[in-house]
Amino acid sequence: MFDLTLAQARDGLRKRDFSARELTDAYLGAIAALNPRLNAYLLVTEAAARAQADAADAALARGEAANLTGIPLAIEDLFCTKGVRTTAGSRILEHFVPPYESTVTANLLRDGAVFLGKANLDEFAMGSSNMTSAFGPVVNPWTRRGDNRPLVPGGSSGGSAAAVAARLALGATATDTGGSIRQPAAFCGITGIKPTYGRCSRWGIVAFASSLDQAGPIARTVEDCAIMLRSMAGFDPKDSTSADLAVPDYQAACHRSVKGLRIGVPKEYRSEGMAPEIEAMWQQGLAWLRDQGAEIVDVSLPHTKYALPAYYIVAPAEASSNLARYDGVRFSSRTDGGDLTELYENSRAAGFGAEVQRRVLIGTYVLSAGYYDAYYIRAQKIRALILKDFTDVFRTVDALVTPTAPSAAFGQGEKMDDPVTMYLNDVFTGPANMSGIPGLSVPAGLDNQGLPLGLQVLGKPFDEETVFAVGAAIERASGFTALPGIRAGAVA
Amino acid sequence: MSYVIEGRTGPWEIVVGLEVHAQVISQSKLFSGAATAFGAEPNSQVSFVDAAFPGMLPVLNREAVAQAVRTGLGLNAHINMVSRFDRKNYFYADLPAGYQISQYEHPIVGAGVIEITLADGSTRQIGVTRLHLEQDAGKSLHDQHPTKSYIDLNRAGVALMEIVSEPDIRSPEEAGAYVRKLRSILRYLGTCDGNMEEGSLRADVNVSVRKHGEPYRTRCEIKNVNSVRFVMQAIEVEALRHIDIWESGGTVQQETRLFDPNRGETRSMRSKEDAHDYRYFPDPDLLPLVLDEAWVAELKAALPELPDAKFARYQQDYGLSAYDAATIIDDMFRARCFDALVARNADPKDSANAILGAFSSKLKDLGIDWPEVLSPDWAHLLEEAAAFLAAKAAGRISNASLNTLLLGMGAEPRGAALEGLIKEREQVSDTSAIEAAVDAMLAANAAKVDDYRAGNVKLFGFFVGQVMKAMAGKGNPGLVNEVLKARLG
Amino acid sequence: MSLDPATVRRIARLARIRVSEDQLAPLGAELSGILAWIEQLNEVNVDGVEPLTGAAQMALRLREDVVTDGGDADAVLGNAPDRAGAFYAVPKVVE
Ligand SMILES: [Mg+2]
Ligand SMILES: [Zn+2]
Repeated sequence: MFDLTLAQARDGLRKRDFSARELTDAYLGAIAALNPRLNAYLLVTEAAARAQADAADAALARGEAANLTGIPLAIEDLFCTKGVRTTAGSRILEHFVPPYESTVTANLLRDGAVFLGKANLDEFAMGSSNMTSAFGPVVNPWTRRGDNRPLVPGGSSGGSAAAVAARLALGATATDTGGSIRQPAAFCGITGIKPTYGRCSRWGIVAFASSLDQAGPIARTVEDCAIMLRSMAGFDPKDSTSADLAVPDYQAACHRSVKGLRIGVPKEYRSEGMAPEIEAMWQQGLAWLRDQGAEIVDVSLPHTKYALPAYYIVAPAEASSNLARYDGVRFSSRTDGGDLTELYENSRAAGFGAEVQRRVLIGTYVLSAGYYDAYYIRAQKIRALILKDFTDVFRTVDALVTPTAPSAAFGQGEKMDDPVTMYLNDVFTGPANMSGIPGLSVPAGLDNQGLPLGLQVLGKPFDEETVFAVGAAIERASGFTALPGIRAGAVA
Repeated sequence: MSYVIEGRTGPWEIVVGLEVHAQVISQSKLFSGAATAFGAEPNSQVSFVDAAFPGMLPVLNREAVAQAVRTGLGLNAHINMVSRFDRKNYFYADLPAGYQISQYEHPIVGAGVIEITLADGSTRQIGVTRLHLEQDAGKSLHDQHPTKSYIDLNRAGVALMEIVSEPDIRSPEEAGAYVRKLRSILRYLGTCDGNMEEGSLRADVNVSVRKHGEPYRTRCEIKNVNSVRFVMQAIEVEALRHIDIWESGGTVQQETRLFDPNRGETRSMRSKEDAHDYRYFPDPDLLPLVLDEAWVAELKAALPELPDAKFARYQQDYGLSAYDAATIIDDMFRARCFDALVARNADPKDSANAILGAFSSKLKDLGIDWPEVLSPDWAHLLEEAAAFLAAKAAGRISNASLNTLLLGMGAEPRGAALEGLIKEREQVSDTSAIEAAVDAMLAANAAKVDDYRAGNVKLFGFFVGQVMKAMAGKGNPGLVNEVLKARLG
Repeated sequence: MSLDPATVRRIARLARIRVSEDQLAPLGAELSGILAWIEQLNEVNVDGVEPLTGAAQMALRLREDVVTDGGDADAVLGNAPDRAGAFYAVPKVVE
């Protein structure tokens, strides 16, 4: 049962090959067995999951199957879930129980999904390794060949990616502010898409950087992502940045041919001393697309290099403001002090981890008097140039293909000495957040240590369909079937 | 005429600019669907957006935008077709998000002007720098517990218009006139109820002093002054404080202060001690606000008549004195009642006299005010008054009778009985009846008639009174005069 | 760009995060490292470029003025670490 994709499981449920309850029980059992090793889930909502599964079975029996009826999913703990503790991976929200359901999770529930529990993540989604979670790191289900030391799953949506890769869920929600869906998907050998900014409502998702945050699915296949995104996406009047556009049939787009598509290869993504294996994988991916009739075109995105440093002004600036609400008064954990200011300072010092504090301080600094123009305004101007780069190339190409991350998964504790080394994980993914365009990561093969590598497909704003089509073409050609060592259903 | 304060070193001029926070009249808050009514149970009008819960997002209220545009138009100000919302970041107990959504760099309304009238009848133009929309904060209660402050977020997120004046104000009187005029304009527009006791209108008063012709000196901001009288008092005591500091060789520190009306002094606000660095930046949860030309034109076309226009019209079209016109206009509801009478074809001057005289006294008796007169329950008052005014205009009743009839109005509409009441008081214009009454009176007062003829002309009034009394007040006063004069010849 | 301890103290105060005195210097060095990396943005010619504040390319939508929310003080107060009746409670603030 664990070998099924989401699409196959959905077919199985509809044909009554197995019940939603059976499927959910199987996943709950796998979580009980493996989560102590992986720490992918922060909370498992067994009783609610079983009740949702039973409701799904009743709906299936009535012939009322919705898009995701009976499909067990992991919900990243950044999505507020009504009556279910939501921590954002932070000590400061350790006891927070939202009295509301985020729009994205409400959409999934509307379409019949079963929620297994809340997935671990970097604290407030700030990180690329899941090492910043206040509730402990997530272990990547993959290990290097002949080396059992734990690797990071990537981040920030590391719990979601690890859960899907280890088959502790058929799919997971995640968010991507600088690469937090795509990089962990690449590190865990699965697929994830950050849709266009505005495609999924941000309402009820704990904010990191409002102008960059975007929710999306992580799942085993491109088609599984397409199925999930169909439910997650859609206009929401409660989010002023939500796009009032119809949601296309993404699943159908996965079966489109790439014949005649023009695929851009941005030369600036190559110049950074790229690892030969990554370079080889990239060339292989382009060859697969060429074989399927796509035309490969060299393009230039001249401001690529500046996207990440500009991101590290914009994101911390917005975060410093977004996280001001965690002050120990209304819903966050409180550490007392003599007066209100001390209460704030103590609560925030005790409640936020080191990386969050670092970013809040950087953000405070770049917005402060005398520095605003030099940092924030300059970064926003560069942001405009980055968007212009993309707008220009998308006049001549239909999509871009790049590596997702500059390396495969690394070991826990590596790259921790210097924050900037960690930040560079997002060098290929950050530009899509700065410009709002959609980006998908699809596994393309293994490196010589046996770790998965991902390729990234970038598309025009609100043209996720082409992104899915290109991603599915790579997936078909790669025939990627490798599986991580730690997974449900594996022989122990 | 210009206001100065004599110090030990000579005369000082004061320089004042006002930032008025006016609560927008709307059903729901600026960025959330929670209600705005005054006086609700604590935290009962709070959405998760207002309390800044995780993942909550602001969505802008169309009516709040319309109200700001109306106000801008009413202040003859420039409407910015593109404006933007920024975050003003600071920590405060009653600021749940840790930032206030406000408009900093790009306000919805730009420069405008307010004309004020002073007691000597002179007028001055006070520049309005800008008007922007922003969220109100919650309320802290400090007197409920010995060591704790209690927070009520009902007001958090309510829409405010901050209306910033140029530093054009030069006296407490001008400041008072400015606030009153602004409040009156807001009330006429229906964009703010102007109720200072409930906090719907609060002024931050920026005060500095200087010797004539000098550049500006350091100013202090006195926060949240909540009555016109206190605005005027605060300016005076703050100016005196500055003069005292300057004249004793000190330097005024720029700071935020509070006015304590009980002690008649201002004092530094401890809670605002921190040097502020608000770290303004565009709110990433919102997008630029782009106004639709046609919508603004629609709002403009639907604007009500404002005080200045009414003032001119009452004098030019109706011949009212400036004083009467200003007095009527001062209360928007009174002006509406006046307009309602004129609209029922009542004579404007008689209507003004009635509105300022007998009608007004009657309302005091009845324990109601002008707004109620406009409500359906009391609609008959305007109907009856209009009927009496019409009778007066037609010469059917005297002015005295008009006043008597107005004073006779009550809670119950009299409908069909009205014409009878007028008839009862109808003037006698029959010359022979008047002549008979005059002759009878003269005969009964022979001694006084002699006295009059000997030169005591003051008695004429007495004779008129006696005739009117004999005729039960119904004698046409013009005819009575005429006949008397002829007889006394 | 290097952040001295006084600057770190100032921004930590603005951000309301307690930082102990002995952490000011190491934290300053760490933040300075990040800012030094960001300095490369100064290479870019941004003359005449309009800043882009967000990724959404549209104008703001407006909501109708209708009361649709509130009326549930318990839900609003339910997560509060210190609740006094219908209020949030904090240490006394002196104005
Ligand atoms: Mg002010
Ligand atoms: Zn203000």
